[in-house]
Amino acid sequence: MDEFILYALLAGLGVTFIAGPLGSFILWRRMAFFGDTLAHTSLLGVALGLMLGIADLTIGVIVICVGAAAFLVLLQHRTRLGNDALLGILSHGTLAVGLVAVSFMDNVQLDLIGFLFGDILAVTLTDLAWIYGTTAISILVLLKIWQPLLSITIHEDLARAEGVKVTETNLLFMILIALVVAAAMKVVGILLIAALLIVPASAARHYAKTPEQMAAIAVVVGSISVIGGLGLSLGYDTPAGPSIVVIALVLFLMSALVPSVSRQS
Amino acid sequence: MSNFLIDAQGVSVKADGRLIIDQVDLTVSEGEIVTLIGPNGAGKTTLIKSVLGLRKLSHGSVNIRPQTVIGYMPQSLSVDPNLPLTVRRFIGLAGKMERGRRSSVLDEVGVLPIVDSSIHDISGGEMQRVLLARALLRDPDLLVLDEPAQAVDVNGQAELYQLISAIRAERGCGVLMVSHDLHLVMSATDKVLCLNNHLCCVGHPEVVSKDPNYVALFGPQVADSLALYHHHHDHEHAVDGHIVADHEGHSHG
Repeated sequence: MDEFILYALLAGLGVTFIAGPLGSFILWRRMAFFGDTLAHTSLLGVALGLMLGIADLTIGVIVICVGAAAFLVLLQHRTRLGNDALLGILSHGTLAVGLVAVSFMDNVQLDLIGFLFGDILAVTLTDLAWIYGTTAISILVLLKIWQPLLSITIHEDLARAEGVKVTETNLLFMILIALVVAAAMKVVGILLIAALLIVPASAARHYAKTPEQMAAIAVVVGSISVIGGLGLSLGYDTPAGPSIVVIALVLFLMSALVPSVSRQS
Repeated sequence: MSNFLIDAQGVSVKADGRLIIDQVDLTVSEGEIVTLIGPNGAGKTTLIKSVLGLRKLSHGSVNIRPQTVIGYMPQSLSVDPNLPLTVRRFIGLAGKMERGRRSSVLDEVGVLPIVDSSIHDISGGEMQRVLLARALLRDPDLLVLDEPAQAVDVNGQAELYQLISAIRAERGCGVLMVSHDLHLVMSATDKVLCLNNHLCCVGHPEVVSKDPNYVALFGPQVADSLALYHHHHDHEHAVDGHIVADHEGHSHG
């Protein structure tokens, strides 16, 4: 197997390990738009990294995404604007600002398409180290906050009344999303990160009876999507990131057609 | 009384510049059942949330006796349909409890037959019992119940209030609950607070039901229907639900 294919495969699988469980939570908490907003913001992180001349762009992306996540949490507490509207404005607003900002960087060779749609076949060893580093940390943190996060997801006031540290847990959760966005950018690109979070988890819902099952099945669906998408890409010369999402979408549609077992029990 | 579980004084809460709770005093002692009643928008849920520390007070103070374990039953719970969750798992989130004790609580509240059902498939009344079970599994010193009987049919409501009464008798915990139905909670409550943003009247349920403020708030029909209810039903059931002789209930009306 060629090295670049192996790297691509490892990168994709690495991201799905955390995208599955995190995507499930995003689904349960109806935060799909939030994930999308953070993903779009990451282009600003790229611009910032270039502007400051940071060698590794991932750092800029992580900084901007974590900042944006914290900002959104604050904003949600302070404004009466509906979440949907707020996120819609920020999601597309930051993407537009990011695109404009990047266009000023004409002194740097920048693969804009690579950022927008991912460039998984160009993954380097450094990228892999980033992906597995952030995934490992994220999984550890998520395991630690799993129960309280689940409680908050079900009923925030009830969780708070039972002594769960709601604000801290929510903030950690936002940071996790920011980390996974930074890691997934290389794999499927800014525009499709949210899909990588949402689609496998949605497909998994059909087969799961517990939250943990759903998270695990989402990882399996994500992994199959990565393998299948890369196969599609190599076989038919399709773009790799979108191909991964297409396979995930097919798996989701298949799950919707299978007669339901879980919903009745 | 000095053994207050909750001692709230002069509580005021504002939302959008409007005073939803205006200078309310509220105390709950050990083993006491306190019921908040009042029309929609009277601030019952807000008051409960401020007592629990879920809402910011604009004035006043809430003191909860140190080391008080609170079992809270929120008004409603809607779990996203994408979240697969059994009743057992939901209840388990309340914390760890020894298995024998857990199943005896579940049995007491009557949710044992549905523990393996999906939380999305149970009825509204079953959901209320599940929420009550979760609150009880924390082994609380204080139960805070926000409209425990909603989505429960009338027979079930009487049963549920009896259950709450029994829980108090058995465990000696304090209970603070919201209800919009004075006559149903009468037998199961020691003190009624009639709330309409401010406190209208406070006291023993029989007294509150005749208080002019209460009558003014709910209208003479409701106040009358209380008497009517007694008259009509007391030949079958006393207010506490036991079957009694024909004429006995009239003394209440």
